[in-house]
Amino acid sequence: MGTPQKIMEASQLKVVARQVRRDILRQVYNVQSGHPGGSLGLADYFTALFFHFMKHNPSSFSMEAENEDVFILSNGHVSPVYYSVLARSGYFPVAELNTFRLINSRLQGHPATHEGLPGIRVATGSLGQGLSVAAGIALSKKLNNDDSTVFVVTGDGELQEGQIWEAVMYAAHNKLDNMLVAVDFNGQQIDGSTLDIMGFDEIGSKFAAFGWEVVYMDGNNMDEILAVVPQAQENMGKGKPVVIVMKTEMGQGVDFMMGTHAWHGKAPNAEQFEKAMAQLPVTELGDF
Amino acid sequence: MKKFEITAQKDTRSGFGAGLLEAARLDERVVGLCADLTGSLMMDAFQKEFPHRFFQAGIAEANMMGLAAGLATGGKIPFTGTFANFSTGRVYDQIRQSIAYSDKNVKICASHAGLTLGEDGATHQILEDIGLMKMLPGMTVINPCDYNQTKAATLAIAKHHGPVYLRFGRPKWPVFTPENQVFEIGKALMLNEGTDVSIFATGHLVWKAIQAGEALAEKGINAEIINIHTIKPLDAEAVLNSVRKTRCVVTAEEHQINGGLGDSIAQLLVRNLPVPVEMVAVMDSFGESGKPEELLTKYHLDAADVVAAAERAIARKG
Repeated sequence: MGTPQKIMEASQLKVVARQVRRDILRQVYNVQSGHPGGSLGLADYFTALFFHFMKHNPSSFSMEAENEDVFILSNGHVSPVYYSVLARSGYFPVAELNTFRLINSRLQGHPATHEGLPGIRVATGSLGQGLSVAAGIALSKKLNNDDSTVFVVTGDGELQEGQIWEAVMYAAHNKLDNMLVAVDFNGQQIDGSTLDIMGFDEIGSKFAAFGWEVVYMDGNNMDEILAVVPQAQENMGKGKPVVIVMKTEMGQGVDFMMGTHAWHGKAPNAEQFEKAMAQLPVTELGDF
Repeated sequence: MKKFEITAQKDTRSGFGAGLLEAARLDERVVGLCADLTGSLMMDAFQKEFPHRFFQAGIAEANMMGLAAGLATGGKIPFTGTFANFSTGRVYDQIRQSIAYSDKNVKICASHAGLTLGEDGATHQILEDIGLMKMLPGMTVINPCDYNQTKAATLAIAKHHGPVYLRFGRPKWPVFTPENQVFEIGKALMLNEGTDVSIFATGHLVWKAIQAGEALAEKGINAEIINIHTIKPLDAEAVLNSVRKTRCVVTAEEHQINGGLGDSIAQLLVRNLPVPVEMVAVMDSFGESGKPEELLTKYHLDAADVVAAAERAIARKG
C-alpha cells in the first residue's frame, strides 16, 4: 500500500522547492545541456506531489505500482525537475544527479526505463504520448479494483500533438476518473510563445468540451497548490477525468529566466549560473 | 518431395482470434484492444466472453498503443488489434518510445498484411511492416503461415515476456500444419529436406514455396524448404546448417525486398557463409487493388516465381 513518503507542510515544501530549483540549475549547468526553463516552473507542483500528495513507495519501486499512486511526466524534457524530486524523495541517491545526461548514466536526457532508474515507468519526451500511457495505467487500476491515482503532467505546447486529444476523448468516454492531469500552462515553447506558434489563451473550455472536470490553479504558489489540489481530488471518482489548468512561469525563481522562452532548452554559462544560484539560497538539504 | 495435405481453407486472422480467446481463458492478465476493427480482426469472440478485458480504442491508433503500454505497466498482457498498416507505420513512434524502448510486454497483432488484403488497394496493403518492426531493438517479429500456426503463435506470444509483432492476413489460405501444434518462437521449421537449394519462406508464401518444391521435384531438383515463422530473432543455426548443405538460397515473402526476411537472411549469410541468394519479394513498389491471387501473380510472388528464383540460384552456384 502506498503511503505518503513524508507529508510536508507549506513552509517545508517551499524550502524543498528551492532546493529542487538549485538541483535543476546544477544538473543543466554541469553538463551544459537540458531544459531549465520549464523545469523551474514546475518545481513547486512536483515538490507538492512527491512530498505531500502522492501515496508512493520510493524505497521499494515497483513497475506495476499496485495500490500505489503513479506519476507520469508526458513532457519528458523537463527531466531535471523530475530527477530532483525522485532523488530527494528517496528513489535513488541524490549524488546520482551528478550523472545527468552523461555517458553510462541512468539519468538520460529524457526519462527512460531502459537503464532501470527507479521511479520511471515509461520513456517520454517524444511529445504527446504520456497521457495515453497514463490512461492505460488508469485502466489497469480499474481492472484491479485499485483506487489509487494516476498523476500526469503535460506541457501546454504539447497540446499541439493530436495524440493528446485522442487520449482526452478516450479518458472522458471511458470515465477515467482516477486520473489527475495537470497542464503546465506557461505559454512558452522552444520557438516562442504558444500563442505565436499555435496555441490558445484559454485551455479549460477545450477539456470541458470533451467532458472533463476542469480546475484552475497558480502552479507557482505553494499555498494555492495545497488548497486547490484537494478540491481537484474531491472531483475524482465521479465519472469524469479531472484536469488542472496550472498557470506557471517558465524560469520561475530566477529573474532573468522568467517571461521568455529563451531558457527552454539552454544551459546557463558560469556567470549566469552564479547569478541564478545567488537568487536561490542553499537549504539545509544541501546541494548534490 | 514430402506431401502436404490441405485440411481446410481458413484465414490466418481467424487463427489469431481463436488463439486470443484461448490465451485469455488461460491467463486473466490477457487484455485486448482494438481500433474499430473488431470484426475484421476476429476479436469478437474474445470481446463477448471477456467484455471487461476488451478496450475499444476507436479510430485512434496512437492512443491505443499508449493505452497498451500503460496496461502492460500495470501488469496486464495487452494484445492490440488493427490492420498491419495502422499497427506499424502509422504508430511507429508510439511503438518505439512507449513500447519497445520502454520494454513493455505488448503484443502488436496485425491483420490484412501484404498484397493479399486485395481489393482495398495500396493505401491498406503495407509491405514495409516487417522491416519497420525488426529494426526496433528487442522486438520479436513473427509471421505464421496458416490458421493453425497463427493460433499456436498467438498462444506462444502470450507466454513470452517482451514486445512482439505478430503479422497475419485476410484471405482464406491452405491449412497444412498440424492442429494444436506447439509454437516455438525463434525456431525455424524444416518442411522438406533437400540438397540443391534452400528455400526460406514466411507467411502466406510458405505454401507457395511448397508448391514450388513440388514443381522443382518434377524437374529433378531437390529443394530444402524451411518455414521461417520468426523473422526476429532469426534461427541462424537452422539457416546456416541448411546453406552449408545446399550452397544457394531463395527467400520468399509477401513484403518489400527492402527490410524483409530476404534482407535478414542475406545479412546473416554475407557475414558468415556467402552464397548466391535470390529473393522473391515485392520489388520496391506499392501494391494495387485486385484479387489476392491476381496480385501475387502480377507482383511475382507465385510458386512459378519461386521455381524460377531457385533455378537462378542454382545456376549461380558455379
